[in-house]
Amino acid sequence: MKKFIHDFEVTHNHHITDDYFAIYLKCPVSLPQILPGQFAEVLVSNSTTTYLRRPFSIYDVDYEKNVLSLLIKKVGDGTVALSKLKEGDALNLIYPLGNSFSMPGGKKALLIGGGVGIAPMLLLAKLLQEKGFKPDILIGGRTSNDIIEPEKYKPFGEVFITTDDGSSGEKGMVTQHSLFSGKVKEYSAIYACGPDPMMKAVARVAAEHTIPCEISLENTMACGIGACLCCVVETIDGNKTTCIEGPVFDTRKLKL
Amino acid sequence: MSASGTFGYGIEFDDFIDVNRLGGILTKACTSKNRDGNRYPRMAETPSGMLNSVGLQNKGVDYFINTIYPKIEHYDTHIIVNVSDSTVEGYMEVAEKLNSLEKITGIELNISCPNVKEGGMAFGTSCPMAGAVTKAVREVYDKTMIVKLSPNVTNIAEIAKAVEDEGADSVSVINTLLGMAIDAEKRRPILSTITGGLSGPAVKPIALRMVWQVSKAIKIPVIGLGGISNATDAIEFLLAGATAIQVGTANFVDPQVCIKILDGIEEYCDRHGVKDVKELIGALDC
Repeated sequence: MKKFIHDFEVTHNHHITDDYFAIYLKCPVSLPQILPGQFAEVLVSNSTTTYLRRPFSIYDVDYEKNVLSLLIKKVGDGTVALSKLKEGDALNLIYPLGNSFSMPGGKKALLIGGGVGIAPMLLLAKLLQEKGFKPDILIGGRTSNDIIEPEKYKPFGEVFITTDDGSSGEKGMVTQHSLFSGKVKEYSAIYACGPDPMMKAVARVAAEHTIPCEISLENTMACGIGACLCCVVETIDGNKTTCIEGPVFDTRKLKL
Repeated sequence: MSASGTFGYGIEFDDFIDVNRLGGILTKACTSKNRDGNRYPRMAETPSGMLNSVGLQNKGVDYFINTIYPKIEHYDTHIIVNVSDSTVEGYMEVAEKLNSLEKITGIELNISCPNVKEGGMAFGTSCPMAGAVTKAVREVYDKTMIVKLSPNVTNIAEIAKAVEDEGADSVSVINTLLGMAIDAEKRRPILSTITGGLSGPAVKPIALRMVWQVSKAIKIPVIGLGGISNATDAIEFLLAGATAIQVGTANFVDPQVCIKILDGIEEYCDRHGVKDVKELIGALDC
């Protein structure tokens, strides 16, 4: 897929909670097709501590308005700087980067997002529903504050929630949700994105039930275009770049 | 030119620029055998720069010749292969195999990689070893041979003289500086290798100083690199004595930066009534 570099215009910077925001960006040309799981490398300027671009999953795309959005958690100088952008500001993106998820072998699929890791699941839920699949979306977080915009997924599938402290949905980790003691066998694919321990736990459960599982990795990277080889992940076929050959990987191929 | 390890094989940048406009492409390092490189994490962002410890990941010289070369030989620019290994014999094997490739203008001997346990920087930090590997490769390689020098030495000019004496056609100054990054919260090093190579604007003043020192000490041309991010930086290196420049880490931030630098140098020349960019080489008024 061809990659582009453009200055986007901020149309809206939506502060969802104190920690999370979604930034809506208008493209100066017609947006190319963007696949679920793909990401953008965002240039954060004007600081010595934010020299490199930051990779973010593409959260949503509105082709009619020519707008894409990024869901971001404030974790450091770069993300805090991005949270302060205002309508009309410019933001330089290299996009769309990386691969995408493969389609499930059967009707039902389970999509799991932990915290800000939910970001790629919105486009995936949309695409799956559009193609006639039945996605269930399981959103996990430490507290209810980490369950971000759950209502967005409702048009595309059934939504389930877990929190570590029980402040929203079932108490516990995503892999402790009652889905896993009940209808998990109905799923023909599991997709997950979130903290490493969560993805490892999901991969383990998927393997136990012999359900194909794909996870989207968040390895730190410099270039995003396969030039620096900093973001590699160990697979059974050798080191693979997260930026070009990922970020989505079949968990059976990964040395987890 | 694009600096080795920051530009892949050029093809990674085809979507963003016309690679043919560059003076040359320095490829990712090529070794005699497949190398998996170091374990992840291999990168840490640092103030105005980054540390890397990729560890020369590549599939070896035979793979380069059979699979990569056919994909890049169409470029109408100089393709220079960065050559590294852990033994003198390994360097010779790679150079000898590359000698017959028509579209490879030259090689850049990487005797300065700080991220491998054996070889790499060890060859570039002592005059006898730098001289020995240069001499050995000179015997098997006919075309342009550049030697990329390590800044992790007390006197870089001495190393430059040693490789000049053994037949180097030019030197690249500098490779990355050995550095380190720590995650204070976890009390752990960020890189899997603990130390790594520092690059980016943070190293520019050091690189500039070394280019200036080396260009005064040797007669062969100096290729300047180290933190060059815009045309002004590039011109500073020319003034310090570099005959050509390479752009490295800045390619990660802006994949179009090389073209912007070329345009910016032209604009500078027009503004200063410089008819030929060569007039700027070593033209520092001091």
